[in-house]
Amino acid sequence: MNFALQNTAIDPIHQFQVSKWLDLSIFGVDISFTNASGFMLLGVVLCIAFFGYAASKKALVPGRTQSMAEIGYGFVADMVRSTAGEEGLRFFPFVFTLFFFVFFANMIGMVPYAFTTTSHLVVTGALAMLVISIVIGFGIWKNGLSFFKLFAPSGAPWPIYFILVPIEVISFLARPVTLALRLFANMLAGHIMLKLFATFAAQLIGAALSGAVFMGVVGILAFGMGIALNALELLVAGLQAYVFAILTCVYLNDALHPSH
Amino acid sequence: MLLALLAETAHHLPDDAPPPFPPFEAWHMPGQLFWLAILFATLYFSLSRFILPKMSDTIEKRSDRIASDLDQAAKLNEQATEAQQALELRIAQAKAKARETANKAAAKIDAEMTAETARVDAEIEKKLDAAEERISALRATAMQNVEQIAVDAADAMTARFGLKASAADLKKAVSTALN
Repeated sequence: MNFALQNTAIDPIHQFQVSKWLDLSIFGVDISFTNASGFMLLGVVLCIAFFGYAASKKALVPGRTQSMAEIGYGFVADMVRSTAGEEGLRFFPFVFTLFFFVFFANMIGMVPYAFTTTSHLVVTGALAMLVISIVIGFGIWKNGLSFFKLFAPSGAPWPIYFILVPIEVISFLARPVTLALRLFANMLAGHIMLKLFATFAAQLIGAALSGAVFMGVVGILAFGMGIALNALELLVAGLQAYVFAILTCVYLNDALHPSH
Repeated sequence: MLLALLAETAHHLPDDAPPPFPPFEAWHMPGQLFWLAILFATLYFSLSRFILPKMSDTIEKRSDRIASDLDQAAKLNEQATEAQQALELRIAQAKAKARETANKAAAKIDAEMTAETARVDAEIEKKLDAAEERISALRATAMQNVEQIAVDAADAMTARFGLKASAADLKKAVSTALN
């Protein structure tokens, strides 16, 4: 067996490698269409195709596709309504887009050999910055300077504010960072784990085939673990999209009602 | 942990290059941001302009339809209740009428029966009287016959004793003994 090939195969970072599909640049900036862009495009196309098809149905008694899409609609609408109130519904299309963008990216990432768009910090970071920009921009546009009451919750005795305000400011600044890192780290670590267990199982079973029977037993255990991890990662893929969306709603709620 | 992992994987890669960690490589970041912006905006606009309004329209129409159907059902239910009440009223009326008719018939029959009973009673009484009259007549006749027999027997007895009593005396003695 080729030694070098074997070693690239067990490199769990390889799956995050960005490679150019189409060389593009604008004003000297490299904006090449990469595998990352390709899978992002796939997610967006699938999302538009699914919801576009479902929305074109308009049946009084929905079929399976329409029903699924409407469950998604109701799910996001309830999430927005319960965390940000009725006024929060003006952000419903944004939260819906965000949730399903991340959801489709995560789910496509679960397919072997697919690229996980959300495993790149630049993507999750950009989404988090978008969210927090909207929160700040809308918060100031709607509430003016009273938006900054967010950092000084009412009802505390005045000396407390010397501690409270810095804590609130830091926690606010930490929001985009944690929002971006949570999704990025979950997808990255999850996919590394999947890759490690899969290659581990394959190598051990390979060793068992060349005589080391005990290795086969461990290999089968590792394979079972890989299956369990796949199930877990599927859960994480859905859950992290949900967490991203619901935290967006929570932050938008602050922009809508800063004094709360 | 990530760094440890990097160090772990480092020696698998060619020795001359430092290990690149793809998510932290800079060269693809502008491209990623560019395509993210375009694709996210595309998704946002197609969802918010075309798809979501259509879906909310469908959902709203359905809930309107359900509400109107429920209204109609309530209306029909009310009508049914009314019809049932009317029916119950008519049944009650019919029952009352039937009861009245039955009572009337019963009263009529009662009256007829009392009249008939009275008539029959009177007839029986009459017959009884006649019968009693006849019985007492018969008894009187019988008593007369007995008296005659007693007179004859007394005549015969006195004759055996060699005596002779007049018929009038005999008759008087017999009737004294009998009464």
